[in-house]
Amino acid sequence: MKARVEVFLKAGVLDVQGKAIEGALHGLGFGEVSSVRVGKTIEFDLTGDDAAAAEAQVKAMCDSLLANTVIEGYRVEVAA
Amino acid sequence: MTKAAVIVFPGSNCDRDCKTAIERSTGASVDMVWHQDTDLPDGVDLVVLPGGFSYGDYLRCGAMAAQSPVMRAVSAAADRGVAVVGICNGFQVLCEAQILPGALLRNAALKYVCKFVDLDIVNGQTRFTAAYGARRDATMTVGNGEGNFFADEATLDRLEGEGQVVFRYRDNPNGSARDIAGIINGRGNVLGLMPHPDRSFEAALGSADGALLFQSALASA
Repeated sequence: MKARVEVFLKAGVLDVQGKAIEGALHGLGFGEVSSVRVGKTIEFDLTGDDAAAAEAQVKAMCDSLLANTVIEGYRVEVAA
Repeated sequence: MTKAAVIVFPGSNCDRDCKTAIERSTGASVDMVWHQDTDLPDGVDLVVLPGGFSYGDYLRCGAMAAQSPVMRAVSAAADRGVAVVGICNGFQVLCEAQILPGALLRNAALKYVCKFVDLDIVNGQTRFTAAYGARRDATMTVGNGEGNFFADEATLDRLEGEGQVVFRYRDNPNGSARDIAGIINGRGNVLGLMPHPDRSFEAALGSADGALLFQSALASA
């Protein structure tokens, strides 16, 4: 199975990289842009064939290492 | 003789500075402890997590180091009441290991900041600040790109209410919440701070104020 984890700063946490990128996009004339958030994607393979169990495992990985839940939220996708 | 240990992670770059600073400030013996070690030296009075870029700051600053074998021993020592100080990257490691609350974000101005900072000693009654006596100011240097202390409002209120805010910036260099530069845990034996006492321990370095922090930490041992 393939797992895909997206990690983002939580809504209430200032994303200074996102702000800088937003400013640069505005400078290039893309004035329609707002609320830029920068995150990261982590992909990996998993053994096993139980998608629900795998998703629970990946969430445990997020809570213990892949995300810092003080400042970050995450989304998990598991596909066969 | 009092005994200190400095933890060395791959990518630590202030480990030798810390050893020199502690030796010259206090006369204590200092052991270097590799991150793969599972035990700290017997009878250690002070454990220091130094500054640097442990594990290349992969994933998040301090995240990988927080999972290294030695951190189980550091956490156990903290639970026994041993004094633990995390400086700069060491502060990030303590937060990632959930030994201290909060997290360190990218600096608000997105720039690495390296300069002298004037600090208010908010709590002079801790085992890390006792040697400052009646002084309520200290000057040290900062050198960080991700030193912007963050915690939710309830945690910040609790830290302030319980006297856990130890140092505050007079002129906030990185956007830290409520100008916080350093905090202690509830028990008062674990300190994390972004400024470097290890770069400010002799007058020749521009300030000797950092020496008092190490002297405080070991005086209570």
